[in-house]
Amino acid sequence: MIAEIGHFALILALAVAVVQSLVPLAGAQRGDAAWMAVAGPASMAQFLFVGVAFAALTHAYMVSDFSVLNVAQNSHTDKPMLYKVTGVWGNHEGSLLLWITILALFGAAVTAFGRNLPPGLKARALSIQAMVSVGFLLFILLTSNPFERLDPAPFNGQGLNPLLQDPGLAFHPPFLYLGYVGFSMAFSFAIAALIEGRVDPAWARWVRPWTLAAWIFLTCGIVLGSWWAYYELGWGGWWYWDPVENASFMPWLAGTALLHSAVVVEKRDALKSWTILLAIVTFGLSLLGTFLVRSGVITSVHAFASDPGRGVFILGLLTVVVGGSFMLYAVRAPSLKVGGLFAPISREGALLLNNVLMATGAGTVLLGTLYPLFADALDLGKVSVGPPFFNSVFLPLMVPMVLAMAIGPLLAWKRGDLPGVLSRLKLAVALSAAVAAATWVLQGGSAGPWWAAGGMGLATWLFLGTLAEFAERVRLFRSPAQALGRALALPRAAWGMTLAHAGLAIFIAGMTASSAWKEEKVQTMKVGDTVEVSGYAFTLAAVRDVEGPNYLATEGTFEVRTGGELFATVTPEKRTYRQPPRPTTEAAIVGTFLGDVYAVIGDADPQGGGWVTRLYFNPLVPWMWAGALIMVVGGVVSLSDRRHRVGAPTRARGSRPAAAKA
Amino acid sequence: MRRLVYLLPVAVFGVLALFFVRGLTLNPRDIPSVLIDKPVPEMNLAPLPGRPADSGLATADLKGRVSMVNIFGSWCIACVQEHPVLNWIKGQGIVSIHGIDWRDDPAEGAKWLRRNGDPYERVGADPPPGRTAVDFGVTGAPETFIVDKQGVIRYKHIGPVTPEAWEKILLPIIRELEQK
Repeated sequence: MIAEIGHFALILALAVAVVQSLVPLAGAQRGDAAWMAVAGPASMAQFLFVGVAFAALTHAYMVSDFSVLNVAQNSHTDKPMLYKVTGVWGNHEGSLLLWITILALFGAAVTAFGRNLPPGLKARALSIQAMVSVGFLLFILLTSNPFERLDPAPFNGQGLNPLLQDPGLAFHPPFLYLGYVGFSMAFSFAIAALIEGRVDPAWARWVRPWTLAAWIFLTCGIVLGSWWAYYELGWGGWWYWDPVENASFMPWLAGTALLHSAVVVEKRDALKSWTILLAIVTFGLSLLGTFLVRSGVITSVHAFASDPGRGVFILGLLTVVVGGSFMLYAVRAPSLKVGGLFAPISREGALLLNNVLMATGAGTVLLGTLYPLFADALDLGKVSVGPPFFNSVFLPLMVPMVLAMAIGPLLAWKRGDLPGVLSRLKLAVALSAAVAAATWVLQGGSAGPWWAAGGMGLATWLFLGTLAEFAERVRLFRSPAQALGRALALPRAAWGMTLAHAGLAIFIAGMTASSAWKEEKVQTMKVGDTVEVSGYAFTLAAVRDVEGPNYLATEGTFEVRTGGELFATVTPEKRTYRQPPRPTTEAAIVGTFLGDVYAVIGDADPQGGGWVTRLYFNPLVPWMWAGALIMVVGGVVSLSDRRHRVGAPTRARGSRPAAAKA
Repeated sequence: MRRLVYLLPVAVFGVLALFFVRGLTLNPRDIPSVLIDKPVPEMNLAPLPGRPADSGLATADLKGRVSMVNIFGSWCIACVQEHPVLNWIKGQGIVSIHGIDWRDDPAEGAKWLRRNGDPYERVGADPPPGRTAVDFGVTGAPETFIVDKQGVIRYKHIGPVTPEAWEKILLPIIRELEQK
């Protein structure tokens, strides 16, 4: 019964969404206030109905109602309650329902917080948002109904995939979707602005916080996924350039660019049509990710069960949404009024340079991800594109970007003084060169990879450049006494930028070190054997069989010594879950300031003597997680800025402090 | 001219969409095997030591019912990972599974089966250079073939059989072939 209520609520939501996509838009074209006003209650009703459907499916999972096919396939009574609930979105149908729920939530949020929006813009944006909803509601109702019944109902479900019973993976999809779907706000407002033919600072002021919120969620989601891969897959890696990872990384790159170009629209009334294009591209890439994961067009380790019928539908949706938007863009964008002009060397110029590099980066990732498809379609054979392509094409693009990132914030708007800025960064230049040289010497010259010194120098440059900008802003060296007070009085958006840029610097250091100096030893060990990795001596002290609630495991005990002292005792496991049998790796990781000590036990050697073990030292990996966390904190701090606060009264243009920026 | 620049995004997207349409009709996991839909090659492989004397694998054994032929070897690490799944499939009693102990010392293969469980009805020894399995179209171990009632190879699965692959790919094919 409850499942039928959920199904019915989805149909009602579709009806409401159809009304919401047509009436307010027509009202805005005709200047009819009553028609435009339909958007508010409609978006609320849509959210209510979709919410009821989501609650109904969650209920079915919580009580293990196996007469619902989706629950029978993906849940099991033995699952802990937490994973029953997170199981709701651990499958195609349920995750799609989560997508739609978040989409409706954002629509309702526009109504709730957007009282001071121009009514025409609000009505149009909500109509666009509802059109996307209509597409997805049709998709779920026609091809992926989560409420389908199963008769007779089985006694228990099939879903006990142990890999998915993990906090990192359980909360990875909601964050990703909050990010993907969050970009739909920028998209809807961009299309609304194109229809109106007007983009102004007020528009950007509205779009920025939503984009920032989506960016924060997406960053969290990507990092959670990466962290999960790091500790669960047991290969010591954290990023594989897998198509599904790329599908989340492309909108992140485009979204980051959008975040920065929206600043230019807000402060300088420039780069308008570029910003609109980025908003469309960012959401388009989010949709593309959904398409790639669910259509079976590209193979990946974590693709959902793919089905060409669904693929056709979602490709149609993609074509209508993205193709239609680009078409509208081609017609309307040329007539957008060109705003403030600026010299190439200026803060706008630096932001534009970063934008172009980010967009090119996203383009190369797209090319690499889709290349196997192109080759297959053109009969050039089956190929796969691996990390070497991405590392040698994407990473070099990021070098000039990071170089410019330290300089850009110090440049003045409109016309900057590059020699002046560089002379203020003399110390940072010198220290970065020193760090690069020290890195080169410490790794034993060409004994380590040549790019490691560059990476560490770049991280130092960005970190010091960011600090220098902050010091300058609070006049740390000119009047140190008042610096603290000034720092506290700075707009939170300025703090946010400093934190996010510094976090990226720390991340780059971690990424460089972990890629350059990771030490990995794979061997067969018997009890009592000792293997040394990066100064840590791993002794296999014992191996025993352990029985868990629903698995058998081989547990190895390693004593890790450094300099003769016992540093840690770790117990990695290799588990085989029963019914159906499924192996998982439980890596043992001990983090230190300088890196992770990481041990994995594998299968018993077929020849009968010992076990296959993989032992790693992953330098500075904790820095990566810390850097990513600092970036997220920077985003949150910036979001809390009162000028970003959704619904805060807009100030008169002249009275904004000159220091304002992101 | 300026207007043309604004048409660029829609043009790029159009090209992409065409590729996606084409991509939907292709299966990226398809690795062409020239031997699909061809009869099983002529073979008569000896049994492994310790197994019944008539439990070797010959061409005639693969006729009359749908069966799975799994290529393994005691040297193959991924086979250790795959093996519990094969034991589990055997327990379901849906299809008979035969093995080819490929490029392996038959004594080692027999020892390996005693340690990891023996899901096979028949096992043929194909010691180095392992010509028979190559005639089958093997590119590496583990691989699993589905052979229909007429002894014709219908499907080749590359890599370890996982529970997902069994339920979503192999089992539906077996059910379909049994209907024929």
